[in-house]
Amino acid sequence: MKISSSTVRLIIPAASLVLLLAAVFYMQPRAMSYTGLNLLFNLAVPIALATIAQMLIMSVNDLDLSMGTFVSFCACVSATFLQSSPALGILIFLGAIAAYALIGVVINIRDLPSIVVTLGMSFVWGGLAVLILPSPGGTAPTWARWLMTAKPPLVPMAIVASILIAAVTHYIVMRSSFGVLIRGVGGNDRSVERAGWSVLGLRAATYALAGFFAILAGIALVGLTTSADANIALRYTLLSIAGVILGGGQFVGGKVSPIGAVIGALTLTLAGSFLSFMRISPDWQIGAQGAILIVVLALRLALNRLEKREKSQ
Amino acid sequence: MTLNRLLVAKPWLWSFAATIIVWVVTILFTGGASSFGLSQAALTFAAFSVIVGIGQMFVITLGPGNIDLSVPATMTLSGTLALKLMDVQDGMIVVGLLASIGIGLVIGIGNYALIKALRIPPIIATLSMSFIVQSVAIWSNRGLRIKPPETLANFAISGLFGIPNIALVALILSIIAWVLLEKSIYGRWISAIGQSTFAARMAGIPVDGTRLVTYMLCAVLASVCGYLLASFSGGAALNMGSEYLLMSIAVVVIGGTAVAGGNSNIPGIWGASLFMFLVVSMLNTYGFGAGFRLILTGLIIIAVILLAGGRQSLR
Repeated sequence: MKISSSTVRLIIPAASLVLLLAAVFYMQPRAMSYTGLNLLFNLAVPIALATIAQMLIMSVNDLDLSMGTFVSFCACVSATFLQSSPALGILIFLGAIAAYALIGVVINIRDLPSIVVTLGMSFVWGGLAVLILPSPGGTAPTWARWLMTAKPPLVPMAIVASILIAAVTHYIVMRSSFGVLIRGVGGNDRSVERAGWSVLGLRAATYALAGFFAILAGIALVGLTTSADANIALRYTLLSIAGVILGGGQFVGGKVSPIGAVIGALTLTLAGSFLSFMRISPDWQIGAQGAILIVVLALRLALNRLEKREKSQ
Repeated sequence: MTLNRLLVAKPWLWSFAATIIVWVVTILFTGGASSFGLSQAALTFAAFSVIVGIGQMFVITLGPGNIDLSVPATMTLSGTLALKLMDVQDGMIVVGLLASIGIGLVIGIGNYALIKALRIPPIIATLSMSFIVQSVAIWSNRGLRIKPPETLANFAISGLFGIPNIALVALILSIIAWVLLEKSIYGRWISAIGQSTFAARMAGIPVDGTRLVTYMLCAVLASVCGYLLASFSGGAALNMGSEYLLMSIAVVVIGGTAVAGGNSNIPGIWGASLFMFLVVSMLNTYGFGAGFRLILTGLIIIAVILLAGGRQSLR
């Protein structure tokens, strides 16, 4: 039986998720239910969407350090404008997508390092979020609330949503010709240019699409929390990068995997629940999260070596 | 033409030009009343950014992907543990400093061990490390606010001939770093690794040793900065390092160090650190609210990058 290398790269993140899930079930058998699974993975949906957004940026060899502040900004807009006057809210979101496309254009034309430009943008989004919601508050739009708390039969919403996100983005990034092109920009932008495509246009489109998914993350987050504040999603910047890497993505070369990214986001969320089941003192929660990250990546290295050894034989 | 060439050859002039403009604009508003106080405050707060910025610069010089995200956690842990160890006794000041240097060494070794042994990308390795370090800091801090020894606190808040002591410390460290970077074989090595790791390895440069030393240097500078910051602000706080993560990266890049590695400069870090502090105080003087202040800070950073980025195309 022959397995493609992209499948092998998926097996490792999937295996670590299953392992972590098994550990959680072992410690808390009651989690093995509809409600239990929903509670475990509820917060994973916005993180998965933000991770997909980060993955798109990483597929063109860039990095978005403003992801956390941007999702916070989107959450603030959702809890205020989108709820009170939907038309204005949608207009703001369209503006934000245009801003993301513009960032892509600027980075491409001036050949600027993306981390610096997005670092600057993180101040801008943070400032806008503070202007919209100086203190925590706002209300989630009813439909977002309904969507995030929906109870489909048999499988909890969080799982359905994750599978849906993975399937849709897998189609866009891995199957469509647009996806091939953006990964091509990450792999070798010169050959894409020589083949007659506009790298400028592709980068702008990738950034716009990433902005779109980050907006969805903001709406999903507000749907879960019912209100927002300007700092609600700051940790998403690092979580989204870690999620992509955990899912087998790489910083350069256009090597990304949407399914892996969603699995990575689920793993990170589960790690948090796992630690609270372990009854680890709150002091050590963050540290243990770091340790889990290290263990999973070490596992990946071990499996990679195994795979190489088998190939050479 | 000659001015153009000068600007290309000395990219740090940009950040100093921007700093002087912002300083003048601020002073104009206050009518010159606070020029001395403003300069003093700028020097002091810029000094902290300079110290962490130098460490981050060495790491970034190593080439694409190299970055140290554990800087804030290292600062917090070092400040917390050092103050706890010194326990308000003047005699323990040196011991405290040595302890914080030791903490930096351990964290630096840990960072590189993860990068090398587990082949984790530096950004994730230092991130995981910072989680663990942060946990240790939370565990050891326990909400206690221990004061620094009196002599140390006095040293941190006073100055010599009108120049804050902290700024003098940062200046000495900058000079050492400049000598390391420009005059020593080690400086040549990290630039070579940053330009092409493969070529550097082929040329017989001890790549792993050099990278290890660089990560250790960055962590030590961060922990010394944490020690000084805790002494300056009269105690360690758990969030005292948080703003220095973005700051350390921003000053390096605005200062004209190439993000792609292999090219760095120290005067630029001073210019950029002063600039970053002065922008915020200028916006404060003009009475902007927190939201507008953040937005303008961001836009100014991007504007500086756009201007400074243009010089690369001149080459």
